[in-house]
Amino acid sequence: MPQINFIQAINSALVEEMERDPLTFVMGEDVILSAFGATKGLIDKFGPVRVRNTPISEAGFVGAAVGAAMAGTRPICEVEFASFFYCAFDQVCNQAAKLRYMSGGQATMPITFRAVYGAMGGAAAQHSETVYAQFLSVPGLKLVVPSGPSDMKGLLKSAIRDNNPVIVFEHGGLGRLKEEVPAGDHLVPLGKAAVKREGVNVTVVAIGAMVSMTMKVAEKLAKEGISVEVVDPRTLIPLDEDTILASVEKTNRVLIADEGHMRGGAAADIAAIIADKGFDFLDAPVKRITALDVPIPFSPPLEKVAVPDEARIEAGIRALVGR
Amino acid sequence: MDVGKDKLLEMYRSMQRIRQFEAKTRDLALANELPGFVHVSIGEEASATGVCAALRKTDRITSTHRGHGHLLAKGGQLDRMMAELYGKRTGYCKGKGGSMHIVDYALGILGANGIVGGGLPIATGSALAAVIAGKDDVTACFFGDGASNEGTFHESLNLAAVWKLPVVFVCENNGYGEFTPMQTVTSVCDIAQRATAYNIPGFIVDGNDVMEVFRFASEAVARARAGEGPTLLECKTYRWEGHVVGEAAFLGEGAYRPTAEVEEWKLKCPIIRYQQFLVSGGKIAKAELDRIDNETTAELEAAIKFARESEFPDVSEVTDDVFAK
Repeated sequence: MPQINFIQAINSALVEEMERDPLTFVMGEDVILSAFGATKGLIDKFGPVRVRNTPISEAGFVGAAVGAAMAGTRPICEVEFASFFYCAFDQVCNQAAKLRYMSGGQATMPITFRAVYGAMGGAAAQHSETVYAQFLSVPGLKLVVPSGPSDMKGLLKSAIRDNNPVIVFEHGGLGRLKEEVPAGDHLVPLGKAAVKREGVNVTVVAIGAMVSMTMKVAEKLAKEGISVEVVDPRTLIPLDEDTILASVEKTNRVLIADEGHMRGGAAADIAAIIADKGFDFLDAPVKRITALDVPIPFSPPLEKVAVPDEARIEAGIRALVGR
Repeated sequence: MDVGKDKLLEMYRSMQRIRQFEAKTRDLALANELPGFVHVSIGEEASATGVCAALRKTDRITSTHRGHGHLLAKGGQLDRMMAELYGKRTGYCKGKGGSMHIVDYALGILGANGIVGGGLPIATGSALAAVIAGKDDVTACFFGDGASNEGTFHESLNLAAVWKLPVVFVCENNGYGEFTPMQTVTSVCDIAQRATAYNIPGFIVDGNDVMEVFRFASEAVARARAGEGPTLLECKTYRWEGHVVGEAAFLGEGAYRPTAEVEEWKLKCPIIRYQQFLVSGGKIAKAELDRIDNETTAELEAAIKFARESEFPDVSEVTDDVFAK
């Protein structure tokens, strides 16, 4: 199997899906030149009708993606940085998410949104936020947070084929992460968690960029005899509750590692589900490791303490297992 | 412009259906028979009708919170619309949308929208879809003077202009955004002026003259279909009723616009003007128009009966249609 990085995985998924369906097209800010490289070269393969630079006009072009989807095409819409969704909140939350339901099932909304999230080194709060929690309580959206190249490719391909609005959140710090990716039509279903590492003492539900950090911590702790099970939900909506609960039933202790904020976050949501449906499995309170409830700061030492790192994940696990 | 008799009568029926539907809807809402907010478009029948008469069935429209007229003009059925207003499962949206959200995909109605300016990007995207799919369908986008102050208006006109999309932007300027006079919150006297900023044609149209609306809309649709890009039409019109049915109960009568102004606009009634045009020109006999009036009344009565007798959705349907398979 070839090793490719996160960005190459995105590019390869886009090429394959655009070749597969002539009604797919890519739109967004600078998708022709492609600052991060994910859409590089698409213009040469698919031409200007299907690869469209938009003005910096999020409400306008995100809303146009909604209309294009309603009218029978399959837009793949890039919103550079996930915080820019705030400029198009109406189009995502009031229109894309709701119009199928409000129309009694008449509208289909096959849109894939791609956006970069997370702290990636001095980008400050308006370019570093982890914003998926803001969409968790908007019924009608699917939320995908891939943790590595293989899932990135397989989940993105599934997202593009899905008949609903799907937001794929790509962590800005994962761009160079390399991994073997299965050749051929590699699809990862939405709504199926991955047990990235099996263990017996504690479960860590790790989201997005937290997965690779947690894997390193788990490796380290294994040498001390602490056996960590790492569950990557891969999609927050739909959420594979069964896999998470089965893991908690096995380990009886759970930590959720999420780069989003503590209050009202994805970790809070998953913690509530575990408390609700898995209370009898628990030997300790559900623990959350998240970003501090501050806007993500610019200055490097401040940014570092604002978001979770391996040390905080490790400390959280040690507190849970008492070692 | 030579317009055949069938088309003339079709437009008359459309206006009559809108007028009667809206008057009845107002009465039913005042009698507390309909849940939620209801916005009616009495007085604005010509703009909806003239624009939709210039479209073909596969063309699409987006509409507004005051959308009944647009939907009827595009061919909406009275019974399924009325059932939706009652929240019944036989309604266009199975009771999930209500007055502000009626959709009929089969007629190219992408939907009314409860968010002012919400339809503008959707219409732009619908036009983009035609380009992507290699079809020559046109999208007409209805919105009000209020929406022309939303960012989505400006972003959509720019995007549609840059990409030369087959869309016709139709501003129905009725002088008021909710309860605020348009001229107190808008930088221009004529919304059509704003077309200049986006380098597209913009025209002021007498929105109470259905023939004039039809002429301008036909030209704009032809431009769009030929790949020459968007047009902005500003139909000057007026709503006889308030922003929302029942507003007098909380605002009082004449709270934000003088009664004399309303009466003055009633003298410009688009239906009476059109009747005069048809009859005095000798094109159509008055009896033929009366027949259409009566047929519409009967159709509407049947629609209300249908809506009243239809069932509410079963509570188990509350979770249906959040996601597509």
